[in-house]
Amino acid sequence: MKSESSRERIVRRAALELKDGFYVNLGIGMPTLVANYIPVGMTVVLQSENGLLGIGPFPWEGEEDPDLINAGKQTITESPGASYFNSADSFAMIRGGHVDLTVLGGMEVDKEGSLANWMVPGKMVKGMGGAMDLVAGARRVVVMMTHTTKEGEPKILKQCRLPLTGVKVVHRIITDMAVVDVTPAGLLLAEIAPEFAVEQVRRATEAELRVDEKTLKTMPG
Amino acid sequence: MNKVIASAREAVAAIPEGATILMGGFGLCGIPENLIAALRDRGTGNLTVASNNAGVDDFGIGILLKSRQVKKMISTYVGENDTFERLCLSGELEVELVPQGTFAERLRAAGAGIPAFYTPTGVGTLVAQGKEVREFGGRRYLMEQALPGDYAFVKAWKGDRLGNLVYRKTARNFNPLMAAAARFTIAEVEELVEVGDLDPDAVITPGIYVDAIFQGSHYEKRIEQRTYRPKSGPRA
Repeated sequence: MKSESSRERIVRRAALELKDGFYVNLGIGMPTLVANYIPVGMTVVLQSENGLLGIGPFPWEGEEDPDLINAGKQTITESPGASYFNSADSFAMIRGGHVDLTVLGGMEVDKEGSLANWMVPGKMVKGMGGAMDLVAGARRVVVMMTHTTKEGEPKILKQCRLPLTGVKVVHRIITDMAVVDVTPAGLLLAEIAPEFAVEQVRRATEAELRVDEKTLKTMPG
Repeated sequence: MNKVIASAREAVAAIPEGATILMGGFGLCGIPENLIAALRDRGTGNLTVASNNAGVDDFGIGILLKSRQVKKMISTYVGENDTFERLCLSGELEVELVPQGTFAERLRAAGAGIPAFYTPTGVGTLVAQGKEVREFGGRRYLMEQALPGDYAFVKAWKGDRLGNLVYRKTARNFNPLMAAAARFTIAEVEELVEVGDLDPDAVITPGIYVDAIFQGSHYEKRIEQRTYRPKSGPRA
């Protein structure tokens, strides 16, 4: 079971993926929290797939507007310079490669960067929402998730077992144990959390992890 | 030309059993509240409803599910609704789940006279089953078909007697796409204004797409996730 601090570590690390001038779509749930860690002075424009570029802070109590929500159906505000558009335009931005980065949650990622995050057979299927379009269209796809399931089973696999959201779409995986990059030569351990040894991360990962001691960094936080 | 009708009740009177109806909105934001309620009161059944979500148990499309008027839902995400789950599991409700961008583009295509298109979304997933896959420039794409409706229920902020519509913030979402994608489009607006009152540059849905329009009443505009700024003021 993940602790609050491991969750915060994942979110803080994911925020380091942001760059000045980026147009970014943050997924529903934990990825939404990445917005709390945009560095002061950095301009990042957040896209909401229900038709807004320029998500602002949550409203003050009493100032919420039922006509202004994010994709998680939360009340939000618009930032200065925001724009509204219909859902086809919204996904034209996404599918057309205009969104620099998307950060999404994941259930499984495999060694080729395929992602499963929308459906568990035998459970009620609620739908994929915009996730399949985001992974197919955003220029860079970062998945944030705990390294293992609540039962301690690996989520980074040789091959996804759950139904896929996208095939070979993920560029980077950020977990509470490590940062793992998907490369043509397989998965590369890019960063490791300070309290873990490489062997521990490998044991918690089903897919093979390449390690280059020269480039391996310590994960901040 | 006068497209104005008196009420939601009048608007739904001619809708036959088994119709396919496109309903605007994202979650409960920008949904045609008055038309949904009128359709529930009329009791028209065996409907196919295309809408991004399925409402909640006691509001939005949820009330049509509860009264068993819907045979099939075409949606992208259907959480937040216990009735929906129960009807699905018992086989009383058929569901087609569509990626949201594909859903939007299928509507856009239907309104624009495009029967089908190719998209990278869903290649290699369950969504691709039974669909043509074709390669362009070394990448694989799925063929998806337009999603036209017999009727569209759209909700706008303001509209005039010619059917020109203006939306407000994220309540726009799928409404303009659906207005163009149906054979008969009914618009409900919060404020019906005179011809000439809307700035032509600001019109989002030109009146050509709208067949009937009325001013709705008693808008509840329910909020699903009331989220406030804590004192430290992080972003949404």
